Amino acid sequence: MSSMRQKDLAELFDLFCPMHLQLDETGHITHVGPVLQKLRPDSVLVGRRFMELFELRRPRAVTSMSQLLESAKVKLHMRFRDAPQTDLKGVLAPLPDGQGAVVNLSFGISLMDAVRDYALTSTDFAVTDLAIEMLYLVEAKSAAMEASRTLNLRLQGAKIAAEEQAFTDTLTGLKNRRAMDHVLERLTGSERTFALMHLDLDYFKAVNDTLGHAAGDHVLQNVARVMVEETRKEDTVARVGGDEFVIIFDELTDRKMLAKVAERIIKKLEEPMPFGEHLCHISASCGTVLSVGYEHPSAAEILADADLALYASKNAGRAQHRFFSKNMREAGIGAIAASKTPANAKPDAPQERRRS
Amino acid sequence: MHGLINRTIQCFAQDTYDASVWGAAVAAAGLKTTEFEAMLAYDDSTTLAVLKALSDEVGTPSEVILEDIGTYLVTHKNCEAVRRLLRFGGVDFIEFLHSLDDLPDRTRLAVAELELPKLELREHSIEQFSVSVEGRVRGFAAVLMGVLRAMADDYGALVFLERLASRSGVEIIEIRVIETAFAAGRGFELGVRTG
Repeated sequence: MSSMRQKDLAELFDLFCPMHLQLDETGHITHVGPVLQKLRPDSVLVGRRFMELFELRRPRAVTSMSQLLESAKVKLHMRFRDAPQTDLKGVLAPLPDGQGAVVNLSFGISLMDAVRDYALTSTDFAVTDLAIEMLYLVEAKSAAMEASRTLNLRLQGAKIAAEEQAFTDTLTGLKNRRAMDHVLERLTGSERTFALMHLDLDYFKAVNDTLGHAAGDHVLQNVARVMVEETRKEDTVARVGGDEFVIIFDELTDRKMLAKVAERIIKKLEEPMPFGEHLCHISASCGTVLSVGYEHPSAAEILADADLALYASKNAGRAQHRFFSKNMREAGIGAIAASKTPANAKPDAPQERRRS
Repeated sequence: MHGLINRTIQCFAQDTYDASVWGAAVAAAGLKTTEFEAMLAYDDSTTLAVLKALSDEVGTPSEVILEDIGTYLVTHKNCEAVRRLLRFGGVDFIEFLHSLDDLPDRTRLAVAELELPKLELREHSIEQFSVSVEGRVRGFAAVLMGVLRAMADDYGALVFLERLASRSGVEIIEIRVIETAFAAGRGFELGVRTG
């Protein structure tokens, strides 16, 4: 190859492949594309051995020029031996008559780091190179993703707020009937043990009737506070009706402990609650069901049985707590009817007095 | 109209005037919310209503507001990402002008639903250009005027811009490039990460 032709070739390659190298038959660099030279501005690359400058990572075990020539047309993975090492992709084409080879290099996926590390500009890339388009896309997509992420976060926040609202009793801040149904459904479908306590306020109607709804609301909020204070964080406290509440005790089926909790709640609720210059007097009746009494507990069955226990308490003269027992079922209808006229109530089940 | 466009109007109003001006404009336009979501779609009528309300609120013709929005997109620090994406269009202002033809397609690559008007650059001489803007709604040419003016500054080019009366829905901007390297302009590095 004449020197004139070699020079023409170099100019042509500099334009098309600004990151190429020309090697002589011994593997020494005879020409460096302008951008590749820009990556090592303070080093003279011409005259150095290709394998000294670069570490060939794939194919491995290439150490000589003849081995390198055998890797013609194969995708080469390599990096600089000195820092910044910058991963490069490349391909080698041998020149005719054993005169050496041309290697063209590219950044591949390390492009993002490379433009930063070497302060490259648009003019450093061949006009046909898609590198600039790729950089543009990365930035554009990042900006679009960021906007989507912001939207997702806001939507998620709104969804959580909406769900919170849908499961919350707005007057007391307790869970509502729907939330309680949810929790109960989940528990009955699992292996977890639990206790469900149904509470109904006594004498609440009198407060409402004599002091008005504002007083009633005030009392309900107080009741909610007491119940939350007397239960654990993992328990579910729900207002399921006007003056009806349900507490679900997660993994607590100890009768003594539950009786104590009921006793404490009733005692606290019986403390007169000041409203303006008035004092509100109420109490509560409770009925409790344990999940361990069932082979396959169903939500409906458990709620119905808790109801029976509650009415047994009411029948027994209010301000009491009862555990559900199976014989309440037989007496069930009578007990509920009798609860409307508590004076005539004659409960069959043994009483569990709250102050024994 | 794409939420990004509405969101741009919102950010422009909040950054250029203040939240109360934006609040008043939104109320006057009869919108239920003060916040546009960048990644949702809205009716064209919503965009037009809020633009008109903003124009009434600050007592500036909507054409002027649109042009200011174009300038805002390139120059405000909150829009740095937009400026960078535009700078990818070319190494100097002339190359940038030639990239305008591709702008709607480039935009679609980033956000598939964002539809921009068709832009077509004509080169009348080495310094005389015109760009036609053909969109579903009028007004984009005014925004583009602001963008071109600000981008010329960004590249350090000295240009004269003139908007011609629109013919049959196509708006035309005439561009005369006096000097491409009139001032230093702002730097642009490929590898800089922005928020």
